[in-house]
Amino acid sequence: MEILVCVKRVPDTAENEITIKGDGTDIQRDDLVYSVNEWDNYATEEAIQIRDKVGGAVTVVTVGDSEAEEILRRQMAMGADKGILLADDAFEGSDGRGIASILKAEILKGKYDLILTGAQADDGAAQVGGMLAAMLDWPYASLVNKIEIDGKKLKIGREIEGGNQEMNEIELPCVLSIQTGINEPRYVGIRGIRKVASVEIPSHGAGDLGIAAGSVGAAAARVKRADYFTPVMGKGAEMLEGSMEEKIDKLIELLKAKGGLK
Amino acid sequence: MAQIFAYIAHKNGVVEDSAAELAVAAKKIDAAAQPTAIVTGSGSTLDSACQGAAKLYAQVWKLDNAALAYPNGEVVRKALAKIVPAGSIVLIPHDTFGMDMAPGLSIKLDAAYAADIVGLDGLSGATLKAVRQEFAGMAHTHVTIDTAKGAVLTLRPGSFQPDGSSASGSVTDKSGDAGDLGAKRRFLQVVEAETGDVDITKADVLVSVGRGIEDAENISIAQELAEAMGAVVSCSRPIVDAKWLEKSRQVGTSGKTVKPKVYMAMGISGSFQHLGGLKGSPFIVAVNKNPKAPIFQVADVGIVENILEFMPALTEKIGG
Amino acid sequence: MDFALIPPASGTFLFIPAWIIYTLIPVVGITLFIYIIVMRLKPMVLAQPDMPMADILANVPARIIQVIKVWLLQWRHPRYMLAGVIHILLFAGFLILGLRSTELMFVGIKTGFSLPGMDGTLGAIYNVIRSYAATWVLVVALMAMYRRLVTKPARYAVPAKYGKPHTAEAVFVLGMICTLVLMEGLFEGSLVAAQEQQGMHAHFLAPFTLAWFFQHILAFANKDTLQFFHSASYFLHDITFFTFLCFLPMGKHFHVITSLFNVFLMRVRRGNIKPVKYGITGEELDNLKSFGVKNLEDFTWRHILHFYSCVDCGRCSDNCPANAVGRPLSPRFISIKGRNLLFATHPLHGERKIEKQPLIGSTYEEDEIWSCTTCGACEQECPVGIEYIDKIVDLRRGMVDEGMVPQSLQKPLSAIGKRGNPWGKMEKKRSEWTKAIEGDVPVKVLEGDKADVLFFVDSITSFDDRMQKIGQATATLLHRAGVDFGILGKDEKDSGHEVRRFGEEMLFQSLREHNTEMIKETGATKIVTADPHALNALKNDYEDLPPVEHISQFLAREVRKGALQFKANGDGQKVYTFHDPCYLGRHNAVYEDPRAVLDAIPGLKRVDMLRCKDRSFCCGGGGLMLFYEPEEEQRMGVLRVKMAAEAGANVIVTACPFCLVNMEDAIKVAGMEGKMEAIDLAELAAQHLE
Repeated sequence: MEILVCVKRVPDTAENEITIKGDGTDIQRDDLVYSVNEWDNYATEEAIQIRDKVGGAVTVVTVGDSEAEEILRRQMAMGADKGILLADDAFEGSDGRGIASILKAEILKGKYDLILTGAQADDGAAQVGGMLAAMLDWPYASLVNKIEIDGKKLKIGREIEGGNQEMNEIELPCVLSIQTGINEPRYVGIRGIRKVASVEIPSHGAGDLGIAAGSVGAAAARVKRADYFTPVMGKGAEMLEGSMEEKIDKLIELLKAKGGLK
Repeated sequence: MAQIFAYIAHKNGVVEDSAAELAVAAKKIDAAAQPTAIVTGSGSTLDSACQGAAKLYAQVWKLDNAALAYPNGEVVRKALAKIVPAGSIVLIPHDTFGMDMAPGLSIKLDAAYAADIVGLDGLSGATLKAVRQEFAGMAHTHVTIDTAKGAVLTLRPGSFQPDGSSASGSVTDKSGDAGDLGAKRRFLQVVEAETGDVDITKADVLVSVGRGIEDAENISIAQELAEAMGAVVSCSRPIVDAKWLEKSRQVGTSGKTVKPKVYMAMGISGSFQHLGGLKGSPFIVAVNKNPKAPIFQVADVGIVENILEFMPALTEKIGG
Repeated sequence: MDFALIPPASGTFLFIPAWIIYTLIPVVGITLFIYIIVMRLKPMVLAQPDMPMADILANVPARIIQVIKVWLLQWRHPRYMLAGVIHILLFAGFLILGLRSTELMFVGIKTGFSLPGMDGTLGAIYNVIRSYAATWVLVVALMAMYRRLVTKPARYAVPAKYGKPHTAEAVFVLGMICTLVLMEGLFEGSLVAAQEQQGMHAHFLAPFTLAWFFQHILAFANKDTLQFFHSASYFLHDITFFTFLCFLPMGKHFHVITSLFNVFLMRVRRGNIKPVKYGITGEELDNLKSFGVKNLEDFTWRHILHFYSCVDCGRCSDNCPANAVGRPLSPRFISIKGRNLLFATHPLHGERKIEKQPLIGSTYEEDEIWSCTTCGACEQECPVGIEYIDKIVDLRRGMVDEGMVPQSLQKPLSAIGKRGNPWGKMEKKRSEWTKAIEGDVPVKVLEGDKADVLFFVDSITSFDDRMQKIGQATATLLHRAGVDFGILGKDEKDSGHEVRRFGEEMLFQSLREHNTEMIKETGATKIVTADPHALNALKNDYEDLPPVEHISQFLAREVRKGALQFKANGDGQKVYTFHDPCYLGRHNAVYEDPRAVLDAIPGLKRVDMLRCKDRSFCCGGGGLMLFYEPEEEQRMGVLRVKMAAEAGANVIVTACPFCLVNMEDAIKVAGMEGKMEAIDLAELAAQHLE
């Protein structure tokens, strides 16, 4: 099976506070460390496991600048066979639709049976997979947490409300967005990355992909981020102060009033 | 002005809370809007859902088709793409169905797409200003949406408080316009999450633990507090991912929806996915050692303490 | 020459002269033995390189001392008193009787044979000694059998998942040993009985030896009976002897042969980890196709020698904290499963009896290998010097190379790679702990500047709220002792101690390279740390650094010099016990300095736990082990806290941030808050500063 995994380089926000620049144009990025989007990592692992089971190849692709190459290498160290970087000044400022159309152009150059994306990335929009599928006219399923291969079809599970799993049958070729927890992504050590350090990663620009300048990028974006801001706090919680003892006494009083304690 | 449509989620013939929320959001976009509810499904549950929608919307479009009996994103998208006129604004709840169906719909309608909107300003010309969150809720952004060719918007459940207004709408059957609904994705069944030994959805008081509990062994500290309070222990997703508590105790969009009277959020930072599992506005007590934890924005009472020290002290006080 | 009975070499059997038979038995026996040994050596020859000869030869005096202590004097045996004494007697008996057995072999070939130099007084003395040796060997072999069959100490039990117990094998070998000494006694006793009956000059038989008993029992037997016993006992002895010899390399009794070599080749240096591959340069490391041990073939020849040498005595597992808390690790089965796989892969004849497959998932399990805290208790205990840590680390290197790393460890590992600390916290916050020091304690944050002494803080002490107090106390102590010291601040990265021991060698090397450069830039002539893991890393994993010492060593010296003085411990209710951190104690042999510091505090009551010093019990593990979520029934720390309570202590003093965090957690888990507390040595010392 020929599998394409769409990945994104995002700031790692697990332990680090996100602060917004004074002018609101961006977040403070100087101290941030970047890595592959967590959901995309699960998608790559899933692709590798499928390839190892049924054969074929895994390609990872990203739309980004030259720095994004590092995550392609990381995913190749993980076991992806090939990486493609889609980079062009014309791509900058693309909205979800723009990204999806750049990916679509690359996909049409190849011959893929399955496209995987992460369920969402740092902007939380969870949009590119579904848009891409619609552009390709391929079936789509989001939040996939289980994949079984059954010839030209897949049996997939989607994570839905209440922790339930919605089982579907979907025809190939298709696009799936992958939810965390579908597998246990393997570790990528420094050694693994060094091993693929010198592998050539092709970079395709708008010209290579036959994308008309102006059809993607900031000019074409219909959804634009105006600024980042810190919301005016709502009333927020009534903060109990004082010593631990005092806080506990106040809390017990409140709990009794609200029926939390008999 | 663009026509506004709202996709109505319903279950067992009852419309979900989001139906009223979308109606409020539509007014925020355009105070004069007469939004149209679109209800898809099949048979009698669809009819009663349409009745429910008609109490909120002046116009209700009904799409009845056996293929729509279960909301399969692929099929619903196909139907909507057929019946929604070009240039419309379509509102959809940002839930696991909306995330599945909406992005593709925007392509099919050649409309702009903005996801997971938590706030809206009115339309100014064709430009709509909305509020979103990025980095797992750690940063807010304003986005501008060019609705000239229409827009598909998904709205975060719980972000738009229903205003209590009602309507007595009329239901129009649009089933004939949906056309062929064959799809390459077929719904099979829903595998229910395992139910554990306790039902957290029925508890009046929940002692809910998050990352702040730090270690599996410390779960017992929460259990002791719950025991003293006559409460039940629940948790956030990381605790289940770490396998420290069973899935059936997880509160949140990917876990259980609970409606307790009192919710003790212990060491929970308060992601929207977690808060999405809290319904019926309980009295929320948040204890967290990080004074900046988002949970303090939604809690009724906040205490900045390490739960590993606070909970045993509280247990002792209640016990004595 | 007249004989009271026909000697073995002069007899006939079915018209064949017996000396021919008694020549054939050793020839066949020894040939078979050599064949078996060659077959056993084959996998060692094919194995990966281990310590190069130059390294082995460089430490010959130390190695000879180890052989004398551990092998010849059986130094480690009395740690289990009864079993130890039984083994010492058995071992001594073997050494003594080896000569006699050789002599006896030749007696069957040539009548009247006697070993050179053994026909005079020396021989007479030897004969007395070896007769008693044979006798005590019988007694202790019977005791050993009784233990195996009746007492059944728990540590010999084999959990079902690891296969069958080795009781039958043990009893069979003990049976052969009994047969050997009994037959030897009967052979000699029957002869002397006949000599006495015939009024000939009889050999002297030492009283109450086996031969002496047989002589008395047979005193009135007729000559034919005596002749039968004499001939039959010799025959049985000869057959048993060579059966025994050839049986040794078939299983756990191979140690009789291998232990001498194993002990000679034991680690001389402690605290270090073997290189990924011996004999290659740093650049060649990058070009290795595979890292670590993934398949049987990836083990080194010394690893295989370890497998051969395991006696299944269970001492390692009995002392293994992971095993004690129900983690899926029992060190002896690392050896035994390895040996079983070796035997099946390299059978004595024919094709391999087992399909080739990766070790993890077949012979060993992932969780098993991640369960080890590298505390070193197993290596400290093994009477034949088997080592486990290097093997565990090599297996982990293999798993890391294949990406088989638990999710709970992936995050801290990649955070260390990106940010130099396992939480991924910002570098610039690494020195923030200095701002909260009580009193006027200036801490130079070097970041390019120079200082005489470098305080290497390491990640947990820099970032963890609780552990920062250890850093603050250490800084206070250094300041009060008048030391010109500084910290690296954002230039410091994790020492990589656990990174290396968790198998991520390349990450470790990049951390080492970075820290080495930064340390050298400070121009420091000495490094002090409060974290034994950092101590061990800088001392044993890094190279070419200024001398490194632990704060307890520094304090002990300052106290001796009188440069630091403590005020009296006012609390008469408190009884202190020192918990030896693995990487301070076992791996670096610092046992007395921390105790000396405690004893320098006037009025401080101190007791030692039963398990202390080199038998200390791991707190649960440090570094990345804090992030790992093992399957276990209880926590190591909880067991340790209970040990402290049993010793009558109510304050556990540690000298390692990880021990402290584990102990404090364990006190809560054990529900002993208020009854037990934990404190770091540096904190305690700082509190008692005059």
